[in-house]
Amino acid sequence: MAKELIRLANCRMDFDGETVLDSINLYINDKEFLTLLGPSGCGKTTTLRIIGGFLQPTGGDVLFEGVRINDVPPHKRRVNTVFQRYALFPHLDVYDNIAFGLRIAKLSEDEIDERVEEMLEIVSLKGFENRSINALSGGQQQRVAIARALVNRPQVLLLDEPLGALDLRLRKDMQNELKRIQQAMGITFIYVTHDQEEALTMSDTVVVMDRGRIQQIGSPEDIYNEPKNAFVADFIGESNILDGIMRDDYLVEFFGRKFKCMDAGFEKNAPVDVVIRPEDIDIVPPDAGHLCGTVTSVTFKGVHYDIIVDFRGFKWLIQTTDYQPVGAYIGIKLTPNDIHVMKKSEYSGMFGDYSSYSAEYDEINDPDAIIGEEDAPLPEESLNEE
Amino acid sequence: MKNKLLAGPYLVWMTIFTIIPLAIVMYFAFTDSVTGSLTFRNLVSLKQYGPIFMKSVWLALVSSLICLVIGYPVAYYIAGCAPHNQRFLYMLVTLPMCISFLLRTLAWVALLEDTGIINSFITSLGLSPLPLIRNDGAVILGMVYNFLPYMILPLYSVIVKIDPRLIEAAQDLGCNSRQVFGKVVLPLSLPGVISGVTMVFVPAVSTFYISQKLGSSGATLIGDVIESQFKAAYNPNLGAAMSLGLMVLVFICIALMNRFSDDDGESMVTV
Repeated sequence: MAKELIRLANCRMDFDGETVLDSINLYINDKEFLTLLGPSGCGKTTTLRIIGGFLQPTGGDVLFEGVRINDVPPHKRRVNTVFQRYALFPHLDVYDNIAFGLRIAKLSEDEIDERVEEMLEIVSLKGFENRSINALSGGQQQRVAIARALVNRPQVLLLDEPLGALDLRLRKDMQNELKRIQQAMGITFIYVTHDQEEALTMSDTVVVMDRGRIQQIGSPEDIYNEPKNAFVADFIGESNILDGIMRDDYLVEFFGRKFKCMDAGFEKNAPVDVVIRPEDIDIVPPDAGHLCGTVTSVTFKGVHYDIIVDFRGFKWLIQTTDYQPVGAYIGIKLTPNDIHVMKKSEYSGMFGDYSSYSAEYDEINDPDAIIGEEDAPLPEESLNEE
Repeated sequence: MKNKLLAGPYLVWMTIFTIIPLAIVMYFAFTDSVTGSLTFRNLVSLKQYGPIFMKSVWLALVSSLICLVIGYPVAYYIAGCAPHNQRFLYMLVTLPMCISFLLRTLAWVALLEDTGIINSFITSLGLSPLPLIRNDGAVILGMVYNFLPYMILPLYSVIVKIDPRLIEAAQDLGCNSRQVFGKVVLPLSLPGVISGVTMVFVPAVSTFYISQKLGSSGATLIGDVIESQFKAAYNPNLGAAMSLGLMVLVFICIALMNRFSDDDGESMVTV
């Protein structure tokens, strides 16, 4: 039903003998909102730049509607980009920035005027026509950048961490705004971010990348509920990841106990990674628990408490609305739905152990976390926003 | 408070060596050379030097334009090189500045003279010598040669700071490489053009050594006339008036150029 628009076939990228992208295979449908998600250095921006035409892959093909476009320069592609930090022209005002692409296309001034005004309406910047770019706040510059790209009515809009420089509240507003614009205009969006929440909120399809490889492609629900390996499980949300052994179809053993689960198709007695989401764990009295452990740390998070529980030396993160004091001996209950089994991968053993838990795990996961969410002092920069 | 103190040494320097001398120039320019009384005669008599003023401005302007035409591509090229090569090329550009300005001009004399190196070679081939020296062309050559680095350096430092993503953004919006240059690179490098032209024009318009060594004896520039007022004719009052006139002229030229860059610089440039 959906029409395929762009395909990357075995795309490779090597810089000075270093592999940045390792055979990327990906197709993007018309009118889809696709997000490339991963930590910095995972190759997501490189992938975007290959689609935009700013980089040529050292191997493999880029296809647009089935036609190979490896050698087509950026100005001949029906693709526009919203750059990281916007890259607005400082020598032009808001109007001329937005009109830039239309003037290059040699449209009549009447039509340019009409389309620029329409775009200003969409990004709610009416009346800002003659403002200098430097007189705008980060959020406004961001909207000019989106307008400058969208006014050309591209088939595909590429967005390279467009909200990275905005503060949290503005970022949430812009997320909704972008999603609305995408649906209203019926344009394919390819969006790059390292923010998993942003990816889950906005996307039809999420592509999780790491070390130049695609780790998983799927809908936000799939990615969250059925992570393919320890990296995805850890990068998308919080996860406790344990070593287990698949005793049989629908039966997994960990911590010396056998649990029913929803997964099948593994070899008998195959070692596996078991993912248990912190919010899925039920706390029960010790005598009713499948496993029992001692609370070692409690952090109030607003909606819930983060509690760390020590089970035989392996520390789990549990998110619960029930307060448990440090030192309490508690039991936990797991239903087959709470247990997700994954094949062992190169990432096994690297994630999912909360022994070195710190209350700042959110900030650690997100290198560009907005200061001010917690109790850190507000930097002057973010005060200027909006 | 602190910042003001930091500017102190320079302020003292400026007062002693710029403001006071300027006041003296003004004083001389408005006083009579014999009686020492207040007069406008010196300034009025500048009229007869009008052609020399015009010629100085003209030659300086031509030199500035030639420097721009030669310097811009070089600056653009250097700014696009790998950082390591940029440092090397930057050094090459500044290298001639390490040698005395007088020496470099004299070297040109040795090259261009009727009995100089180039003409000796030509005559040895049995051809008649070329008139390479004692004309305006040689003066312009001397100016371009001496002042070219002052054009390249400001241009380079402006071009190298242009965000490469702006160039990508222009490509993304449909510009071919010529349009990228005309719509983005050139307008953004205009401040460099202005300061480069200023840095060449100002020393060129007031030079006297280059024209003395390379120019024809009849075709003196305003710098030469000023010099002769102090050294030969001993009329410092007229010399001061000429200096004042030259200064005003330079200020007008700079103001004109800055106007170009201030009022929407991009409108000047269309492709």
